[in-house]
Parts: sequence; C-alpha cells; structure tokens
Amino acid sequence: MRSPDSPVLSIKGLIKDVGPLASLDGKMLRVVSGVSLAAEPGQVTALLGANGAGKTTTIECAQGLQRRSGGTVTLLGQDPDTAGASLRSRVGVMLQDGGLPPSARPIPLLKHIAGMYRNPWPVDELIGRLGIDTFSRTTVRRLSGGQRQRLALAAALVGNPEVLFLDEPSAGLDPQSRQLVFELISELRDAGMGIILTTHLMDDAQRLADYVYIIDAGRNVAEGTVAQLLMRNLSTDAAQEHVRTLLFEARPGLDFTGVLPAAVDVRETRAGSYAATGALTPEDLAALTAWWAAQGIMPGSMSLEARSLEDVFLDISGREIR
Amino acid sequence: MSRVLGSAPAPLLRRILLQGRYEALTMLRNGEQLILAVVLPLLALVGLTVTPLLDGLGGTRVDVAVPGILALCAMSTAFTGQGISTGFDRRYGVLRFLSTTPLGRTGLIAGKILAVLAVLVLQVVVVGAVAFVLGWKPTTAGWLPALVLLVLGAAAFTALGLLVAGTVRPEATLAITNLLWILLGALGGIVLPAERLPGPARELVHFLPSGALGEALRDAFLAGTFNGGATLILLLWTAIAGAAAIRWFKWN
Repeated sequence: MRSPDSPVLSIKGLIKDVGPLASLDGKMLRVVSGVSLAAEPGQVTALLGANGAGKTTTIECAQGLQRRSGGTVTLLGQDPDTAGASLRSRVGVMLQDGGLPPSARPIPLLKHIAGMYRNPWPVDELIGRLGIDTFSRTTVRRLSGGQRQRLALAAALVGNPEVLFLDEPSAGLDPQSRQLVFELISELRDAGMGIILTTHLMDDAQRLADYVYIIDAGRNVAEGTVAQLLMRNLSTDAAQEHVRTLLFEARPGLDFTGVLPAAVDVRETRAGSYAATGALTPEDLAALTAWWAAQGIMPGSMSLEARSLEDVFLDISGREIR
Repeated sequence: MSRVLGSAPAPLLRRILLQGRYEALTMLRNGEQLILAVVLPLLALVGLTVTPLLDGLGGTRVDVAVPGILALCAMSTAFTGQGISTGFDRRYGVLRFLSTTPLGRTGLIAGKILAVLAVLVLQVVVVGAVAFVLGWKPTTAGWLPALVLLVLGAAAFTALGLLVAGTVRPEATLAITNLLWILLGALGGIVLPAERLPGPARELVHFLPSGALGEALRDAFLAGTFNGGATLILLLWTAIAGAAAIRWFKWN
C-alpha cells in the first residue's frame, strides 16, 4: 500500500461481516476481509473490481453509511463512524443509484442541498458547468440516465467538498456527457480534490485514475499506477515484453506466409479483418507495410494495441464468471 | 480552476428548518397526500354533521365530530403520509444520500417531524375554519390540552409510520398504512367514539393510539378535561414504536 504524507482517506485492514444469514445456516458472511488503501489529495484513486467484489461496501464504510466490523478508517483525519456534520460538509458523495427524489426538480433540489453548507458552490455556476440548465424544469423521474448522473454529480459537488466519492460515475452517460464529466473530474483533481472512484469499467480507470487498487473477493489483489499495472508480469518475461496486436482491414483472403515471422499469429477474424498478435518488432511492421506497398494494398484501417487494463484484471482475478 | 475547496456545515437549526420546509412543501404538492390530509377529513366532518351517527353523545354533532377529525388528520399526515414518502425515499436512496450531507440521519428525522407538525398546523387551521362555519363551539379550556395531545399523537403516529417504512418494501408500506388508516379511521375509536363501536372493539380501542387520541381530544374539546390514561397510552406507543424504529429501521 502507498503511504502518502497526508492521505485524505486511509483504510487499514477493513473487515465487514453481514448477517447472520439464513442461507448460511445463520452464519455471518464476510464480504470484505482486510482491504487496505490510501487516497491522496489532488489525485484520482480508483477501486477496480467485478460486481460483488466488495468495492461499494468498502467505500460505504468510509462514507459512514455502513459500520465496519474491524480495521481502521480515517477520512480527513477523522473516524467516519463517529464524526459529525463538520466532516460530512467536507465530503461529497455520488451514489450509484443517484439518491435523488423522483418528484424533485433539479434547481430547487440543488439549492436545498446547498443550504446545508456554509460555503457552497454557487448553484447557477454548477448547473451551467454540468449542462443541467438544459433540463432544469424536468422532474428527476423524467430525466434520462445521463442527465440523472450529471445531477447526482452536481448534488455531490454543491457542498464544495475536499473529498469526492464517485460510484460508477459513467453508468448511463452518452459520449458527450461522459466527456463533460471526465473533464470536470480532471479539473477538480488539478484543483486539489481527493477523488475516490469505484468502477468495474476498466476504461474509466484507465482514463481517469492516478492510482488503482484492484479488489477481488473482498481483498486487495493488485495496486499501482495504470502504467505499472499494465507492465505487471511482463518485465519478468522478456519474450512477452513487446506483445502487441496489430488490427487492420484489407481485402479478404490475403496470404501472409513469409511476410511476418512464424511466431506472429495472423488470423482473418472475419472476411477482410486481420489480427496479428505476437512480439512485433519495428522490422516486422516495416516488412508488412513494404509487402502492402508491393501488392498495392491500402488498409481501410489499422491500429496497434497493447495489453489493456482489462487483460491485466482478467489475468489477476480469473476469467470465470462468478 | 481557482476554487478554494472545503466547506463547513450550516448551523444545525438552519439545516433542520430547511429540511422541514422542503418535506412539508413536497407533501403539500403531492395530490394524493393532499386528499388524504385535507379532503377526506373534511368529507368525513361534513358527513358526520349531516347524519345522526353521533347523536346522543352529550354535544352537538359538530362538537363531537371535530376532535375525532383532528385526530384523523394527525394519523393521515404522520402515519400514512410520512410513512409512504419515507418508504419511497428509502427505495430511491434519498435517505442514504441525505445522510451523507451535513443534514445527517438525526437532522433528516428531525426535519420529517417538523414537516409533519407544519402540515398538522395547516390541517387544524383548515378543519377548524370549516368547523366554525358548521357551528363548532369548543371549550376554551380544551385548546391547550388538545394541542399538546395532537403533538403527542403526531409523535406516536410518526414513530409507527417510520417503523413500517423502515422495515418493509415501499409497496407494502403503501398498502399497510392505507389499510390501517381506513380500519383505524372507521373502527379504531378515532372518529366514532368507542360507545358507537361493536362489542369487542369497544374495549380494545382504548389501548390503540387512534382510540386514545380520539378519546383524549373529545375530553379536551367537549369538557375541557385532560385525559391522563389516554395520554399514558399515547406515550407508551411513542416510546415502543420509536425504540423499535431505531432498532430495526433499515436505511437501504
């Protein structure tokens, strides 16, 4: 675990039992067994894990929404289980299900929440920033998923918090909203906000996170910057170091025998779509493009892909559906 | 960005007042709640003054009817209205979200109680005005005990409403609180005094919050007396339901 000088959130050996459950003959079920993490100000810290991995439970213990069974949690220097309104005023929470009353309209709702704080973010500025002014007269129940997510983000930010919890923030967002939300999150990070993001979307983590904790079955299984995680296990195996996949589209039925080394696996995944996977070298790419030039082939598209965070995640937590 | 991050909570009283105002306005804007809170009690009041159901109980029809109607108002708002809205707030995660703001869980409950009291004041004003038009002549000495009892009744019914809302699904809360409103309204000794009820109900209703509140309010407005026994019953219901709600209320 990282040990920053002054983390906004520090969790050590968190344990959470639920139950007793009738389905377990009245025994308790341990949903979080020893998760530790630290989140710094001015950074996005991501908790990555499959559904049911214990991410939300971990975060709710940090927010004071659930009581922990063991371990320590320190949020802005205080214990969230015993802290009062002054701690809550410094922490913004965007819940997965929004938590907004269906009959409310966006502006009165935000103004109401803003009234709970001494120094709130001006509501007019916030609704402009998140494009809420375009649907300010619609009740929450009639909003689209993306509009609701933006309103939930505004509700989490209206108190002008130092720490922001985001649970699956891009669920239901269209590409434009997603861009808008991601830009705002980056700006807030640069302004010094400590942002804790829980997600099962590798893409969100890859785009936003400065540091990632991978949680599986209620435990820490890996952590690091996105770059560190992508290089995980690769450096130990020199032959794997340059594994890439080259995807390209050209006319169907091409025969690449002799163009690329035999160790490179070339497949026509569907008519005219090719994937070449292996320890590709610059020379291999040069040979391939020279061959295309000789044959008069201009690919319709091409891209070179490294391992994604998703591959790393699947390597660590297994590929079986649970 | 040039924002200075960090805030402080608004003062506790301001947070509770804001939440109380917000919840009261939400209740008053909701058509179904308004029917339950104002329209049905007024219909019952008019119905009881034009029929002979309450004749021979030691007062004019309207004098006997109004205390029960006010008790019915307390049950509408505190039990059925607050129960249903809290049940759905729980379903939609509103309780969880608000408890992460400076309002917190205690402030949220305090705001709900305040909203119930605010709506109850409006109900007393509206029902009282219509009752005066119909010729209501309450005993002046009855006002003070009656208002104290109404607040106590609202507390007992709020605790019961929160107990139901916090332990079962919102659809079940809707069914239970509406059904109990009808049953207790008709047979719970709230509008019809115990002596007008069928045999077994006559003894039982004294121990129900509905019967205790109806009886105590009639004693106050008709005779200007303070019914200690009924007050004790209401206090017990408030304490037991309140403790049960604190013990079993699930926030999500």
